[in-house]
Amino acid sequence: MSTTSPTQQSGTPAPRKILVLGATSGIAQATCRIWASQGASLFLVARNAEKLAAVAADLRTRGASFVDTAVADLDDTDNHPELLAHAVNSLTGMDIAYLAHGILGDQAEAEQDFNAAAQILYTNFMAPVSLLTWLTNFCVQRHAGTLAVLSSVAGDRGRKSNYLYGSSKAGLSAFLAGLRNRVDREGVTVLTIKPGPTRTAMTAAMPKAEKFADVDSVAESIVSAIDKRRDVLYVPFQWQPIMFVIRNIPERIFKKLNL
Amino acid sequence: MPTASPTAPQLNLPTADEPLTGKAPFECWGRYPTYDAKVLPLHWQSDFPAITAGLHNGALPVGMGRSYGDVCLLKDGNLLLTTGMDRLIAFDPETALLTAEAGITLAQILDFAVPRGFFLPVSPGTKYVTLGGAIANDIHGKNHHTAGTFGRHITQFELLRSDGSRRLCSPTENPDFYAATIGGLGLTGLISWATLRLKPIVSRMIDYEGIQFHGIDEFLDLTTQSKDIEYTVSWIDCASNGRNFARGIFMQGDHSTRRAELKPSAKPKLIFPFDAPGFALNHLSVSLFNTAFFHKQIHKRVVSLQDYEPFFYPLDKILHWNRMYGKRGFLQFQYVIPWEHAKEGTIAILHEIAKSGLASFLVVLKAFGDVPSPGMMSFPKPGITLALDFPIKPDKSFPLFARLADMTLEFGGRLYPAKDAAMTAPQFQSFYPQWQQFARFRDPMLTSSFWERVTGDRPSL
Repeated sequence: MSTTSPTQQSGTPAPRKILVLGATSGIAQATCRIWASQGASLFLVARNAEKLAAVAADLRTRGASFVDTAVADLDDTDNHPELLAHAVNSLTGMDIAYLAHGILGDQAEAEQDFNAAAQILYTNFMAPVSLLTWLTNFCVQRHAGTLAVLSSVAGDRGRKSNYLYGSSKAGLSAFLAGLRNRVDREGVTVLTIKPGPTRTAMTAAMPKAEKFADVDSVAESIVSAIDKRRDVLYVPFQWQPIMFVIRNIPERIFKKLNL
Repeated sequence: MPTASPTAPQLNLPTADEPLTGKAPFECWGRYPTYDAKVLPLHWQSDFPAITAGLHNGALPVGMGRSYGDVCLLKDGNLLLTTGMDRLIAFDPETALLTAEAGITLAQILDFAVPRGFFLPVSPGTKYVTLGGAIANDIHGKNHHTAGTFGRHITQFELLRSDGSRRLCSPTENPDFYAATIGGLGLTGLISWATLRLKPIVSRMIDYEGIQFHGIDEFLDLTTQSKDIEYTVSWIDCASNGRNFARGIFMQGDHSTRRAELKPSAKPKLIFPFDAPGFALNHLSVSLFNTAFFHKQIHKRVVSLQDYEPFFYPLDKILHWNRMYGKRGFLQFQYVIPWEHAKEGTIAILHEIAKSGLASFLVVLKAFGDVPSPGMMSFPKPGITLALDFPIKPDKSFPLFARLADMTLEFGGRLYPAKDAAMTAPQFQSFYPQWQQFARFRDPMLTSSFWERVTGDRPSL
């Protein structure tokens, strides 16, 4: 095979079929660019039609062998079975489901207003549980597939600065650990991705955003972890020892820290 | 589902009425001047109308901040950072036309294009500039004498204005906005996307030839001999007077026509790690560097096959090389003097620089060709262009710069806004007498510290 063909760098014979939920998120876009350059088939779901069209055009141009899209608000869990069935039909199968949607929310507002807190928990926890229920059963029937889900280091321990976002991701990480345990013998892989702060549109307004991790390197690590069928990915890798320390600080001390 | 509001904003866009985000959050490449400003990142084409609605204090679209001076700064205003708008839109290998959002960098374009057998039609000295910035400064490269400026290869773009209007601009559609925006320093609106005509290559390699020369006459002879070679540029020694005056190396190259693997570029690994102390660059260290650089090429003529990266972007290997000049930063000076006075003007200015004893080593000399620039305010015109930088020494650099700018004017030349931090309003207005005609195309919401400096105009907002 010619090594100069830009669409066949992975050496994979057939293009992989990848379903991306929350495809306009910064990390999802960067990840999809790598898959597109490998010639993958992609089905993209996002809420905003104009942004979704811009992302789809980018990935087509970069060499994706097939791109289809659906505009959907993933908070609308009643719609999930129909949406997912349509996506899998369009792709004629599914090798990887990549769940990348989520919101940062407004911690200060969520401390005062339960509705704001519930919104964060719903979008970041309930909606993924609904999606994963359908997707897991699809994969288990076929004894194949990878479910790669964006959680966060923020879920490893609650901190006063973002414990609503953090607790939604903690719930998600716990759910994924249990799911992995359930499907391990079924040939299905569950990858929990825990990125540290990454420079994307979601974090652009946060202080010191310019010091956050580069989204393209984060995406490279995610693609590689999926290829290696890993269980849990801290990215950048420094966050694994950092979070080990943070998880093990005694509560008596931790509660006094300004984190 | 408890409270989902379908209109809840998905992105955390900063709001306009928040206070400034601290000291100089965005630096120009020369690191002089430095101004407070608020940086508002744009990620989608729809962000511009959404953000500008609530802006006070003016705004300026900026990309990678590789302009040397204040064309990419706005004191106490809002900088609209476009690098999040970096998506490709379409590519047709038949026509070599690539359409992309304006915040994509030339490095990203090369990563996409080179493995497919295509290259930029015009390459500046760094690939870390955005497509929009390359248009707004109508940049040039080593092939100016054959290809003209970057803007000549832009077949169309979309211009968003703060009044919410969108214009498709091309040589035939809205040609006035097309001409005003190319070289328009980001002041005519936000370029949301643009179409660029790439050119085919079969190899990453450049057939390179380096030739030593002494003096401007030899440089001009070499320029005449090489007029059919696509890329030419010269490094010259600006620190020597007398026997070694205007010695240099004439560097020329063509894309290799021998088919070779078109693999993507590696990422740069070296980062200049700290601000060098102010005394690190002095007349002695620069003279030593220049002598070493001249004699590194042992033979009068050297022929080799070179990868395009070191040929076009030798300094991109070291990220943040501008830290070499320390915290005080540096001034760039680039003129073009038309052929009529090009030789005498260049000799006079080189003598003035050598006499000043102010150190400068990245000195570049090139002959511009006569391909017309498409922009109303484009810098290049036929003649000789010289670019160099000085570390800032407060009592010496600015008087020298003022003398050099005056000499440029006397010889009928002009300076390059993208590299300027010091020309005066009268100088600018003599260099670019069409500036008032251009000002009619400025978006009333957009301005820059450069524009305010050279027009004395802080627009009412």
